[in-house]
Amino acid sequence: MSKLLRVNTRKKTFLFEEPGNSISSLGGRGLTSRMILDEVPADCHPLSRDNKIVIAPGILTGTPAANSSRLSVGSKSPLTGGIKESNSGGLVSYKLARLGIKAIVLEDKPEDDAWSMIIIKKNSVEILPADEYIGKGTNEMVEKMWAKYGDKVGVMCIGAAGEQRLSAASIQLADPHGRPGRAIGRGGLGAVMGSKKIKVIIVDDKGAEKVEMADKEAFKAASKAWAKMLADHPVTGQGLPGFGTAILVNIINEAGALPTKNFRSGRFEHAKDISGEKMVELIKERGGVVSEGCCPGCVIKCSQSYNDKDGNYLTSGFEYETIWAAGAHTMIKDMDDIAMLDRICDDVGVDTIDCCVALGIAMEGGVIEWGDGKAAIELLKKVGTDDPMGRIIGNGAHFTGQALGVDRVPTCKKQALPAYDPRAVKGVGVTYATTPMGADHTAGYGVTANILSVGGTVDPFEKPGNIDLSKNLQIATAAVDSAGFCLFVAFAVLDTENALQLIADMVNGRYGTRITPDDIIELGKSVLKSEYEFNEKAGFTKVDDQLPAFFKEQFPPHNVTWDYSIDELQEAKNF
Amino acid sequence: MPIIISINLFASLGRFTPPGGNNYSVDDETTVQILLEKLGVPLDEAKLVFVNGIKSGLNSILKDGDRVGIFPPVGGG
Repeated sequence: MSKLLRVNTRKKTFLFEEPGNSISSLGGRGLTSRMILDEVPADCHPLSRDNKIVIAPGILTGTPAANSSRLSVGSKSPLTGGIKESNSGGLVSYKLARLGIKAIVLEDKPEDDAWSMIIIKKNSVEILPADEYIGKGTNEMVEKMWAKYGDKVGVMCIGAAGEQRLSAASIQLADPHGRPGRAIGRGGLGAVMGSKKIKVIIVDDKGAEKVEMADKEAFKAASKAWAKMLADHPVTGQGLPGFGTAILVNIINEAGALPTKNFRSGRFEHAKDISGEKMVELIKERGGVVSEGCCPGCVIKCSQSYNDKDGNYLTSGFEYETIWAAGAHTMIKDMDDIAMLDRICDDVGVDTIDCCVALGIAMEGGVIEWGDGKAAIELLKKVGTDDPMGRIIGNGAHFTGQALGVDRVPTCKKQALPAYDPRAVKGVGVTYATTPMGADHTAGYGVTANILSVGGTVDPFEKPGNIDLSKNLQIATAAVDSAGFCLFVAFAVLDTENALQLIADMVNGRYGTRITPDDIIELGKSVLKSEYEFNEKAGFTKVDDQLPAFFKEQFPPHNVTWDYSIDELQEAKNF
Repeated sequence: MPIIISINLFASLGRFTPPGGNNYSVDDETTVQILLEKLGVPLDEAKLVFVNGIKSGLNSILKDGDRVGIFPPVGGG
């Protein structure tokens, strides 16, 4: 059975522990949220010794199941003050699973200023001094770690923003090409890692055996059908590999839902200049890579390698949300400026959504001009330095709004809203308001039925159906995040009748259990209930499940508004 | 009597966008389907039809000044 690896960051000691019965069948988000609820006092300060970080592969991670290598990281968030699970690709999850490690738990915090790194191999765990790496960006970190510990080792590290414990700090992961373009982005978990003075974690699975299978043939049959389902669906098989997630820029703009100039309208006149189509054109011209995977076993391959004008590598994992936040939201229309902003965020280690939304708030507050990409780059470069303005931006959109006296700050539970206006895509708006994570599109992606006609259709402008759409997606997503699957499998899952059965068959083949699709849904519900319980103990009430009042304004071009009552929204949590 | 519309196709269908698509003349009473057939777009690939930013179908009848956007199946996030 796989084990928990507990690391005491103050004593620099570790121990392996058998998981107790209550968590033995859990993985991914299900495991991180349950352990945070059980082990972290909800009223603790997120940067105090009482907080923990739980780093967990999913239930199916380590198997050959396609797209099952996501890594879940859970903690109490310094940004929202609530429970947080953020997940990402990269190499760490798959390697941990192969090493039989169910989760790494970072506990306590040092009393001195000495930094450490953790190196995990098949037969050893080392906690070594890491002071020499302090101040280094994540690009250099991954380069140095691969040079020292071998190409393809798993690397998760923080940049200067995490070292400074800024509320929007991320943890960046190396992708299979050695680029730190994969982020545990949302909720400031890099700050928690920084509070524990851990700069980097290395995971090397050399010599590890394949994960055990209770019924190899049954697993193989289900896994083969699963991979075929992903390859055959037009979104996972063609759209995402063809244009990346930025394929969404044009359609969300066309639908009148692309938040422009800090959520003032749903159309950006330069949308085509920052679209997936434009990105692919530039990548091809400059000898980059249009489609590559970000974690082992990926068959979707929506990541890419984007070069600058001179053909030199600039960034990867160049996502729709980032392009929107740094683009339409700020009115910046130069793709190279946007790519540079993405690179800086990754290198200094901050969430691209929260910090690029913060750049728009800086424009709102008159610090720089709307649409001025060069000024935005200079401002973002201050993050990670001692410049107070850098500290402000690095603490995210909410903090920046307060610091600058801005009254138009698009956050929920202090986390910045992503790239779909809630008034024109109400299914995802309900998710922003009610997910325990703070505004997060991935927690229940109602864009599917609202805009993309995946998993049915629900009118995006009117209330009927959107509470249920969000609720059902939030439940399903909690289960998907627990399995270790990339959320993008959902596009195919929602359109495939026996997809949940295939997941159940893979779990049963791996563990010899007899779970059913209903059990998967029940798992999703229980994960959310753990998260609600933590947030209640931390002091959250239904009043926190609201969007800012300015969303009552009419939103062009469709002139839609946001008028859910407090109690109407609570229905999304009623199951 | 011809009407003027704007027609844009995206992603893998981008190559079907006609020159001058933002001022494109079609006959009155033209449906989205007739328009797409005229442009040679494989109908089974035109999964998402927007007319003036509202999700519509192949049978929608176009009016003067309409803005039409056509997409293959797309997703992301």
